[in-house]
Amino acid sequence: MLIVKDLVAEVDGKTILNGISLTVKPGEVHAIMGPNGSGKSTLANVLAGRDGYEVKSGEVIFQGHNLLELAPEERAREGVFLAFQYPVEIPGVSNMQFLKASVDAIRKHRKLPELDAPAFMKMARDKCKDLKLNPDFLKRGVNEGFSGGEKKRNEILQMALLEPSLCLLDETDSGLDIDALQVAAEGVNALRDGKRGFVLVTHYQRLLNYIVPDYVHVLAGGRIVKSGGRELALELEEKGYSWIQ
Amino acid sequence: MSKGNEIDDLISREYEAGFVTQVESDTLPPGLNEEVIRIISGKKNEPEWMLEWRLEAYRKWQQMDIPRWAQMPHPEVDFNAISYYSSPKSKKNGPKSLDEVDPEVLATFEKLGIPLHERGKLAGVAVDAVFDSVSIGTTYKEELAKAGVIFCPISEAIKDHPELVRKYLGSVVPQQDNFYAALNSAVFSDGSFVYIPKNTRCPMELSTYFRINELNTGQFERTLIVADEGSHVSYLEGCTAPMRDENQLHAAVVELVALGDAQIKYSTVQNWYPGDANGKGGIYNFVTKRGLCAGVNSKISWTQVETGSAITWKYPSVVLRGDNSVGEFYSVALTNNFQQADTGTKMIHLGKNTKSTIVSKGISAGRSQNSYRGLVRISPRADNARNHTQCDSLLIGDRCGAHTFPYIEAKNSDSIIEHEATTSKVSDDQLFLCRQRGIDEEKAVSMIVNGFCKEVFKELPMEFAVEAGKLLEVSLEGAVG
Ligand SMILES: Nc1ncnc2c1ncn2[C@@H]1O[C@H](COP(=O)(O)OP(=O)(O)OP(=O)(O)O)[C@@H](O)[C@H]1O
Ligand SMILES: [Mg+2]
Repeated sequence: MLIVKDLVAEVDGKTILNGISLTVKPGEVHAIMGPNGSGKSTLANVLAGRDGYEVKSGEVIFQGHNLLELAPEERAREGVFLAFQYPVEIPGVSNMQFLKASVDAIRKHRKLPELDAPAFMKMARDKCKDLKLNPDFLKRGVNEGFSGGEKKRNEILQMALLEPSLCLLDETDSGLDIDALQVAAEGVNALRDGKRGFVLVTHYQRLLNYIVPDYVHVLAGGRIVKSGGRELALELEEKGYSWIQ
Repeated sequence: MSKGNEIDDLISREYEAGFVTQVESDTLPPGLNEEVIRIISGKKNEPEWMLEWRLEAYRKWQQMDIPRWAQMPHPEVDFNAISYYSSPKSKKNGPKSLDEVDPEVLATFEKLGIPLHERGKLAGVAVDAVFDSVSIGTTYKEELAKAGVIFCPISEAIKDHPELVRKYLGSVVPQQDNFYAALNSAVFSDGSFVYIPKNTRCPMELSTYFRINELNTGQFERTLIVADEGSHVSYLEGCTAPMRDENQLHAAVVELVALGDAQIKYSTVQNWYPGDANGKGGIYNFVTKRGLCAGVNSKISWTQVETGSAITWKYPSVVLRGDNSVGEFYSVALTNNFQQADTGTKMIHLGKNTKSTIVSKGISAGRSQNSYRGLVRISPRADNARNHTQCDSLLIGDRCGAHTFPYIEAKNSDSIIEHEATTSKVSDDQLFLCRQRGIDEEKAVSMIVNGFCKEVFKELPMEFAVEAGKLLEVSLEGAVG
């Protein structure tokens, strides 16, 4: 569903991604690990279409579309979802209002009828329940005054509501307490229906106990320097990154 | 796609109320002198005292200078190039009923969402519609009369309720208060008069809708609201004008009087034509709005959403004379393209235990300039006075400006004055979060701006809050940075 080929990208004239190739098939979970500053978030941002990154060469095909040609909102509507490493606040805009606008836009693109307010509210409350979130979450401003962990849980809530086909999770596990980590993992596993693809950026192999990946990749210096199965993460935990190069 | 172009493309607002109504009108030739004032007064069949009052104001105005302290460069207004009276022609002098009003004029209000005839009139809101210099009609008159509430054009009140008008007109904003107030006092055309009797809660929202249509015509409306002891009223004001290349002058005066235990809530959604994307045309809006909390425990609350006008010069204020009285000012001022707004409030604390709250939200986009100017004055005998001011600016793009001028004069050491100010930008991170969730950029900006204004919008009556949100969306059409 996602084919990344020899992707090279720059920020402010500095090459950050240095020829990345990655293929995610429907149903697969790929974990991406690697030292700080190696380009993991950059990869996620480039896939989601954030401004400020210049793709110099390579291609990205998502479900037959050339993803690099689409605006960020179009990618989102096609089913690309990014859970942010550092979610921002939007003061005064309630989570409910934000989520409704998002679900409306995506349903419209899929030519589904708009959900009326009560139907949407019910859906949102149900998802909160599944994720063991207090429904008061929905009334608060988007991430406004949320704790670090709450912001991450809010990302999972958004993912659960939007039911995207490609989920990019950038360190969603960082900052979650042990129980929240399990709940978040359940949220991800609930979406694993064999059709969706997942790319999990993480520093901790512990997450992979809950969400068992099909592949683990190590990103260093803007390149994938090693790929393996679940066991690679355990090896990294034990030995660190230095032995790879 | 370069950022600069994106902004230019996106800051192209559509002004939906910009159409012109073709009606035959009765318009005075441009120019101002005592004769013109006599004609205006004559056309309205005013009593002698009213004419004298106007002439007195005119003579004071001639001695006054245009205020220049607000930082708003604009071409000099030629006060002799403006016509001071225009009314759509009707069969008689002033329409006696809606049947006599030109159907084109009724259609105009209908198109603006203000149906005046019996079938369509807005539920729960009584409307006085003013077209250029005259009031076209007022709805729900009988229902209001049953409660003893007087809601009529001020021209009618001058004839029918002279004792009230003479007592209160100019009592809050004296003729010589400022240049524009003096001009208004001399030539004011129409506007609304409201009187709420003692211990009466006005049974519905009262609303006046102002429409400038005629070319080269100034609008000088005058509104006077008196809430007698223990009464309550909520009043809404709306305004629009056609798109024209020439600048048009609007210089209104609004006076509010709240006697003991009375409460007045005055809300405005101002959407005068702001000029085009190059800064051509638009309304010059020089308005004096002031409320007097005359009695003990009285309360006056101003809420304004200002999105229109080429120039806005407006400081709705409250004089807190009664002990324990409360003054509030909630404001959203949005400027785009070449608009300039200098707006804020004055809270003058005279009585003991008086309390004021100021919440100002300024949003600047395009190349616009947006200033908050506020004065909090605590007089020596205003023991235990309190003020809280919160003043937030939001910038969209990097070619606009936001300025804050808070003046504080505290002459009583008991007083507590708090001031908070913030400036923020609609950040790329916020926009990206929205877009990553499938929301397009325009919708994202309007959502972020609406969120920023939430504290003010919640003060507006329900229907107006929805209206205001939509208006922001239109006014911002794409102003992304
Ligand atoms: N806007 C920018 N300007 C300059 N350098 C940037 C910019 N954005 C990212 N970088 C650099 O690109 C490199 C990769 O950053 P990235 O955020 O992708 O790392 P990461 O692998 O996600 O790290 P972490 O594990 O700390 O989250 C870093 O060296 C970072 O400083
Ligand atoms: Mg990162």
